[in-house]
Amino acid sequence: MENIVQNIQGVPLNHYIIFCSIIFAIGVIGVLIRRNVIIIMMSIELMLNAVNLLLAAFSAYRGDASGQVFVFFVMALAAAEVAVGLAIIIMVYRNTKSVDIETLSKLRW
Amino acid sequence: MTVFYLVAFLAIFFALMTIFTKNPVHSVLYLVITFFTLTIHYILLNAQFLAVVNFIVYMGAIMVLFLFVLMLLNLNKESEPMKSNFVKIMGAIAGMCLIATLLGAFRVIEPNNQMVVGNEEVGLVKNLGKVLFKEFLLPFEISSILLLTAMVGAVLLAKKDVKKV
Amino acid sequence: MTELLWLIPLIPFLGFVLNGLGRNLFPKAIYGIIGTGAVFIAFILSAFLFQEIWSLQKAGQSAAITQHLFDWFSVGNFKVSLSFLVDPLSAAMLLIITGIGFLIHLYSYSYMHEDKGLGKFFAYLNLFVFFMLLLVMGSNYLVMFIGWEGVGLCSYLLIGFWFTNSSYASAAKKAFVMNRIGDLGFLIAMFFILEHFGTLEYSAVFSQAASLSIGDSTIVIITLLLFVAATGKSAQIPLFTWLPDAMAGPTPVSALIHAATMVTAGIYMVVRSNVLFMLSPLTMEIMAIIGLATALIAAFIALTQNDIKKVLAYSTVSQLGYMFLALGVGAFTGAFFHVLTHAFFKALLFLGAGSVIHAMGNEQDMRKMGGLRKALPITFFTMCLGTIAISGIPPFAGFFSKDEILAHAFQHNVVLWGVGLLTAICTAFYMFRLLFMTFFGSFRGTADQKAHLHESPWQMTFPLIILAFLSVVGGWINLPEAVGGSHALANFLAPIYKGSRLADFDLALSHQTEYLLMGVSAIVAIVMAIVAYTMYGKMDGKPMTEKNEGFLYRLSYNKLYVDELYDAIIVRPLQSLSTFLHTYVEKLGIDGFVNGIASFFVGSGKGIRQLQSGYVGFYILMMVFGVIAILIYGMVRI
Repeated sequence: MENIVQNIQGVPLNHYIIFCSIIFAIGVIGVLIRRNVIIIMMSIELMLNAVNLLLAAFSAYRGDASGQVFVFFVMALAAAEVAVGLAIIIMVYRNTKSVDIETLSKLRW
Repeated sequence: MTVFYLVAFLAIFFALMTIFTKNPVHSVLYLVITFFTLTIHYILLNAQFLAVVNFIVYMGAIMVLFLFVLMLLNLNKESEPMKSNFVKIMGAIAGMCLIATLLGAFRVIEPNNQMVVGNEEVGLVKNLGKVLFKEFLLPFEISSILLLTAMVGAVLLAKKDVKKV
Repeated sequence: MTELLWLIPLIPFLGFVLNGLGRNLFPKAIYGIIGTGAVFIAFILSAFLFQEIWSLQKAGQSAAITQHLFDWFSVGNFKVSLSFLVDPLSAAMLLIITGIGFLIHLYSYSYMHEDKGLGKFFAYLNLFVFFMLLLVMGSNYLVMFIGWEGVGLCSYLLIGFWFTNSSYASAAKKAFVMNRIGDLGFLIAMFFILEHFGTLEYSAVFSQAASLSIGDSTIVIITLLLFVAATGKSAQIPLFTWLPDAMAGPTPVSALIHAATMVTAGIYMVVRSNVLFMLSPLTMEIMAIIGLATALIAAFIALTQNDIKKVLAYSTVSQLGYMFLALGVGAFTGAFFHVLTHAFFKALLFLGAGSVIHAMGNEQDMRKMGGLRKALPITFFTMCLGTIAISGIPPFAGFFSKDEILAHAFQHNVVLWGVGLLTAICTAFYMFRLLFMTFFGSFRGTADQKAHLHESPWQMTFPLIILAFLSVVGGWINLPEAVGGSHALANFLAPIYKGSRLADFDLALSHQTEYLLMGVSAIVAIVMAIVAYTMYGKMDGKPMTEKNEGFLYRLSYNKLYVDELYDAIIVRPLQSLSTFLHTYVEKLGIDGFVNGIASFFVGSGKGIRQLQSGYVGFYILMMVFGVIAILIYGMVRI
């Protein structure tokens, strides 16, 4: 345990920021290039996790537990979001027999 | 230190695999791996509670939920709708731009390049539990209501239509 | 009695309300009783009031009664109250308005009996009387202005009474517009008065003005503007063309509004403001010249008109010109005297003409009349008296008033007198021409009309007889000293000139000169009567041919082309200007600008609408670009 703790001493905060930005951007790209609604939701989870990790990193950096509590709330929220989101997807699939986001173009003039 | 860079590389690699794999089931599995690497990151930060929660909730519950839905809808590689290449390139470029601007923005605000010193106390279940039930008691209780509401909503939405009660 | 002052205008107003509200409900007799009765009560009250004033003055007291009804509004130091002032001048006007008004109401009942709009007609007439009373009774310029505007409105309503005929309606519009031009002058004059004196009350204004020097520039402006107002209301050059057109209204209206009362409002206003006008010799000169020019031109036009009412209308304009001549030479009493006598004989002539028109079945062309004296004896007799009175043959009313004006003009300037005499010659000629063409010779109308000829009922002949009597004796109330009189009217009116610097207030002519002037004007009038008889007295049944009797005849017949002139120099340029503004500025400029903005937004909306594809992926892409833009903005800012 001590060993591991020692290991992280050497990582600069900047590197956490860069790493989380990359993960976040991958999530964004995933949303942009996929048409499957489920994959899009998974990309959103990816983005949420990137933010979670950054929050935890800042929390450790500042020695403040609030950041980690916040991550905990984000996870609770993500669980709720996924439950409702997947339920909606199922409903949509029942009606359109498709999970293609392009078929959901009713939001138009 | 090297552990961090190794795990970061793995995380980025599996994240990319997640969004580029055509088969949705594979996507979910890659995402599970990505989350596992993130769990390792939490451990590296000495945030033990978060690591456990991430492992159980995300990898255990949420991703299984995804898998269930995929299986329920019987989606596989053949039925996967794909966007045209042009849109893909556009999306990739937009994402790269986002990274570039994000990093540019961080560079502009010039954070002091200090080392992250893992705090041995903060991430432990004992400390976190105290904070959670003292300072954040009300949000904690409200989040329980949120979860309950989400559960009711999900059941209501996913239930088959009972034709004209 | 004086406490009931406010009843005098109120009763006609009540008559207006009753007749106006019940205009489709009552039987015809009720309208007549309400309308005529209201004015009759006002007349009785006015008579008592006049008696009161008269006795006050005899007792040597101040003969001005002021009644303060209520404060209308007050702004800062400026207060306007609705209050009435009755002094000798307004008392005399009250008698004219209600007295002649009553006779004309009575006459109208019979004249308009067959008209569907009888109730409406009486309502308008009563409203007119109300406003006219307000005009003369007000104790400040603002109350006068209300009356001034109100009579203009009633004039418009009554000229256009038969508004279904579009030429009548446009005549009403013309009268209204021309009056508005004058009213603007009145309004601006009021502003100047307010700015200069700080009040609109007559008494305060005049007492302050008394201390000003003669020729004070503000006073000159005020009086000129007031004179502009008077030219509009009293039909002087250049705003006189509405009055002949106003004959489109029913004949009693012409008698009441366009001969006896409303058109004299301008003279009343100038006499009322005599203190101001005496301070501005320039305005007086202009007034005399304009008045004289109007008198001559109108008389000249009247020489050849064939419409019986048009002749009388131009005659009215001409007589009004006389009155302004009198005002211009400082003979305020003479002008008011002429207002009085003119009200008698011109109302008589109009009512007589109305009787003739009634008998002829709405025929107004004198060429189709003739020989009516046997069929309409009372009308003939009374109109004959009226004609003699207006022509200035002694001892009838018009002689004395006209002579007084001419005498003052002679004293002022011989040229004024000469032109005035020329006008008098014309007046005598065209009035006798009217009389002879209508009542002498042989009948020239259709057989139908001949069978229909009848004397009018008593409601019409009674006013004629009363007015004829007044036309005969009306002049005796202001007999000059030269013929043994005592200038009774002048003495009566003397209080209103207090504070006025009337330099040549009294006639300074010797009695011999006065006799000479009287003789000359009387003789020329009689001579012109004879000339007219030789030309028109024996016209036979042959239809009159249009004779082209040379340049002057055509000039007169076509009314000096004044309407055409106005059309060419004012109406047409304005019309083309507005057409230009309409097509280019309005349509292309303003409309183009406004519509351009609208179509720009419609177009850009159509363009932007294409972005709303409904594809969520596209929206997310846009959102990402938005986030990038915001981040870049943040970077640039920092």
